[in-house]
Amino acid sequence: MSNFAGIMNQELKTYNSKRALFDINFKEFWSYRDLLLLFVKRDFVSIYKQTILGPLWFFIQPLMTTIMFTIVFGSIANIKVDGSPRFLFYLAGITMWNYFSECVLKTSKTFIENADLFGKVYFPRLVMPSSIVISNLLRFGVQFSLFIIFYSYYFFTGGNVDPNLYAFLLPVLILTMAFLGLGLGLIVSSLTTKYRDLQFLMGFIIQLAMYGSAIIYPISSLKDILGEHFWLTYLNPVIYIIETFKYGFLGTGTLDLTGLAISFGFSIIILFLGVLTFNKVERAFMDTV
Amino acid sequence: MSWQIKIEDLSKMYRLGEVGTGSLVQDLNRFYHKIRGKEDPYAQIAAVNDRTKSANSDFVWALRDINFEVAPGDVLGIVGRNGAGKSTLLKVLSRITSPTTGSVKTRGRIASLLEVGTGMHPEMTARENIYLNGAILGMTKKEIQFKFDEIVDFSGCAMYIDTPLKRYSSGMRVRLGFAVAAFLEPEILVVDEVLAVGDADFQNKAIGKMKDISKNSGRTVLFVSHNMIAVKSLCTTGLLIENGTIKAQDTADNIVDLYLEKAAQELITELVPDELTYTIPEFDFVEMKILPAKPMLNDSVTVKFVLQVNEDDFEGLQIAFDLVSSKEVIIFGTGAEFRKNIENRIEVECKIPSDFLNTGSYYIDVHISTMSMRRIYSGEQMLSFEVFEDKRDNAFMGKIKGLIRPNVTWKEI
Repeated sequence: MSNFAGIMNQELKTYNSKRALFDINFKEFWSYRDLLLLFVKRDFVSIYKQTILGPLWFFIQPLMTTIMFTIVFGSIANIKVDGSPRFLFYLAGITMWNYFSECVLKTSKTFIENADLFGKVYFPRLVMPSSIVISNLLRFGVQFSLFIIFYSYYFFTGGNVDPNLYAFLLPVLILTMAFLGLGLGLIVSSLTTKYRDLQFLMGFIIQLAMYGSAIIYPISSLKDILGEHFWLTYLNPVIYIIETFKYGFLGTGTLDLTGLAISFGFSIIILFLGVLTFNKVERAFMDTV
Repeated sequence: MSWQIKIEDLSKMYRLGEVGTGSLVQDLNRFYHKIRGKEDPYAQIAAVNDRTKSANSDFVWALRDINFEVAPGDVLGIVGRNGAGKSTLLKVLSRITSPTTGSVKTRGRIASLLEVGTGMHPEMTARENIYLNGAILGMTKKEIQFKFDEIVDFSGCAMYIDTPLKRYSSGMRVRLGFAVAAFLEPEILVVDEVLAVGDADFQNKAIGKMKDISKNSGRTVLFVSHNMIAVKSLCTTGLLIENGTIKAQDTADNIVDLYLEKAAQELITELVPDELTYTIPEFDFVEMKILPAKPMLNDSVTVKFVLQVNEDDFEGLQIAFDLVSSKEVIIFGTGAEFRKNIENRIEVECKIPSDFLNTGSYYIDVHISTMSMRRIYSGEQMLSFEVFEDKRDNAFMGKIKGLIRPNVTWKEI
């Protein structure tokens, strides 16, 4: 009977067909934190192995895009940028947008891309998308340093940049983006287990959404177009994140704390919905994927 | 009664065909039909294509009303034919998919090993992969650090520990994967057919380690395998699954015997006149038979034919057969001419020597020709049988390779 007492001390787990909607095991998730960090490391290490330029690729993509935007939207289309240096204006938008779009696109493939792994071993599935958001944060860090390099150049050579205290909102902005990206990604990845169409749709929806998110133009130019329907901008939670970032660092554009607060609330709701749907789908997805 | 695992009324249903799956377009179309009060357009397609089956044939029970308990320290061998539901059961136990009804209760940590080296990344070094794979299997970084040297030692990859995994041979990858798994310390270990991979040396090591784990550490192990020798030697209790239900639960030895018996029954080792309703003008089959029905390695196998020749013109026939392995390789073909007896019958048998065929299942393709070599009948896979092995002298428990397994002589000179 000595064995019996030992058994009783062990954690009892029940796994059955029914689970409450809000039954999310955060304790279990926390016990897999080492795995989360290892996934982050794997993502980071494996991406550019056996490439000549290695991590330099992190810089090349935003740099080329910015140069392109400067030529097309600046020199050719001559879209107004509220008096900021064009190059910096686009780089700021692209750096922020990249983080959001990568989070959404990568996490939205969670179930499809990891079907093999998920079919062989159990771990809290939420670990996987969470690790993607964190490894993208590292990538953002690298790209942000690129922004800072060019920013310093303009700052010290007397370009029209006028940073203010709102720049310190950056962590809040990143957190809002992360929540929003993760939440949307979770919802989409849950739906793609049934509807593969969404996978193809996401690619260009994200691309198109960029044009609606004040990356290549300031919010002020929307005022002329939307007029009394300006409230519509509140429906896109990304707009105010990016505009606040530009306002804080470049000192031009619009500061709308209401818009930012709405974005933050929005991102919390999306994340909550995302975790709920993901949690519901993860239990049975192996049967449909 | 203390238990480590308790499974109650467990069932798992899978949906067949296109119903409920498919693209958004299909679901929208379904929804459009529904609001107009029409039938599901895809259900109709399914019904037309498969009229013979009942309406609920879109569903299949992979597991049905499974109830059993596993006591602490038990090593349970789960056996059954392919598609019986063994893997589904392991998947539900490992929490990879959820049951349709019923519950699984477990006490303590559970680790499942459905594949060796799950989640290992080819671009990362062996060292990094040990940490990654260990964490995927549920170990913390601290635990892996503590056992790291032992894992490396067991895998035999110490020299290449900082080499990316993509430079490893498949055998070395398997070693590395198993080494990590071998040092897991859960209260419950679920193992699926992992011993079927790797070379003989590795298999010996793996089975040795499995024995060690199950006998000495008092851990509860669930083990699925087609390797009856391994089940017999590793497991204490057994479970026979058939068509998604539990057929029997007993000691491992009894379960293996029962399984072998059932496996033999499903083979066509005998054909009697009722089943031989082929319309061939020249002759009728009276009987075809394999003896014994459940041959062991050291039994000789006899194939018996009894034919009734109809036409008076034939003095006799040529009877031939090909022995085909389960992988459709013809092992040999043989045949001879036989004259009919006074009752216009041909009764012959062919003896395949003992200690010649390897374990596994075999088919017999039959060919009948006239004496002038005109083929008058050919039948594929008319008979089948399986050669079994239930004991072996040496420690190796995997399948010995090769189409045949002659009893060759070894001696020191």
